Amino acid sequence: MKAKEKVYTDVARCKGCGYCIQACPKQAVTVSDHINENGYNVIQVDENNCIACGICYRVCPDYVFEIR
Amino acid sequence: MQLVAPETVTFTKSGFCPGCGHGLAVRLIAETVEKMALNEKLITVVDVACGSLNINSWKFDTIMAAHGRPIPTAVGVKKVRPQNPVLAYIGDGAAYAIGMAEMMHVGIRNDNIITIVINNSLFGMTGGQCAPTSLPGQVTTSTPHGKNAEKWGMPFQIEKAFSGLEIAYLARGSLADAKGMNISKKYIEKAFEKHMNGEGFCLVELLSPCPTNLNMSPVKCAQRINEEMLRYFPLGEFKM
Repeated sequence: MKAKEKVYTDVARCKGCGYCIQACPKQAVTVSDHINENGYNVIQVDENNCIACGICYRVCPDYVFEIR
Repeated sequence: MQLVAPETVTFTKSGFCPGCGHGLAVRLIAETVEKMALNEKLITVVDVACGSLNINSWKFDTIMAAHGRPIPTAVGVKKVRPQNPVLAYIGDGAAYAIGMAEMMHVGIRNDNIITIVINNSLFGMTGGQCAPTSLPGQVTTSTPHGKNAEKWGMPFQIEKAFSGLEIAYLARGSLADAKGMNISKKYIEKAFEKHMNGEGFCLVELLSPCPTNLNMSPVKCAQRINEEMLRYFPLGEFKM
């Protein structure tokens, strides 16, 4: 059986724009306390709520998300 | 469904501001180019503007044209490399102000190039000045009391200017939300297909957020596209 797809994030790319937080239908994306090396307050994904729909991938201008 | 952005754009970080629409447009172009197996063939021409940051952040062969003139440069490249797809990547300032003469003549001649116009309703890299696409009442650095449409004109709609010209493809999409991006991607794919078939000039305009110069949060700036820009810039395909 094919493994269930998951969301993977590369928060080093994140600029904290918030498009993914606004777009997520399950409110699984939130702002974290972590600040990346560029000084942006980055996002985090709650994997229990995530359904890997891919809307975060589509709205992210900095290619933080991968669904695979 | 697996969703992984093409390596042609993910190999490095871009220099765009948080929430900038360029990153979205670039991914849609890269996905189309990868799907059509044109990674090694595409030649792009960028402007002296925010879009020029792509010169370091996408892997396609790229030429930077003189300010506002990527369209005639792309036409020249296509004439000497007719087998390669050629794309001019410009903003609304280059397309409808600085490079307007070239834009009209490429439409009259129906030259076979793809042009992607990123319309954020102002001049981005120079600091947010009023453009022909600025909305009535819009506050910019050169219209601090709001754009007076009686003095500076209504927002420029390219489909009206090209209504009498026989160009291959003209469409306007939005980068405000996932739905708009899916539709915009279809427009870009269609432009590439027509270009590869040698049908002529293919122009796709994309309504894009510019949170830095509009002094808004990225999310609010994307909402502004749906709430305000769509009143003056209808979406859809106008020539096909």
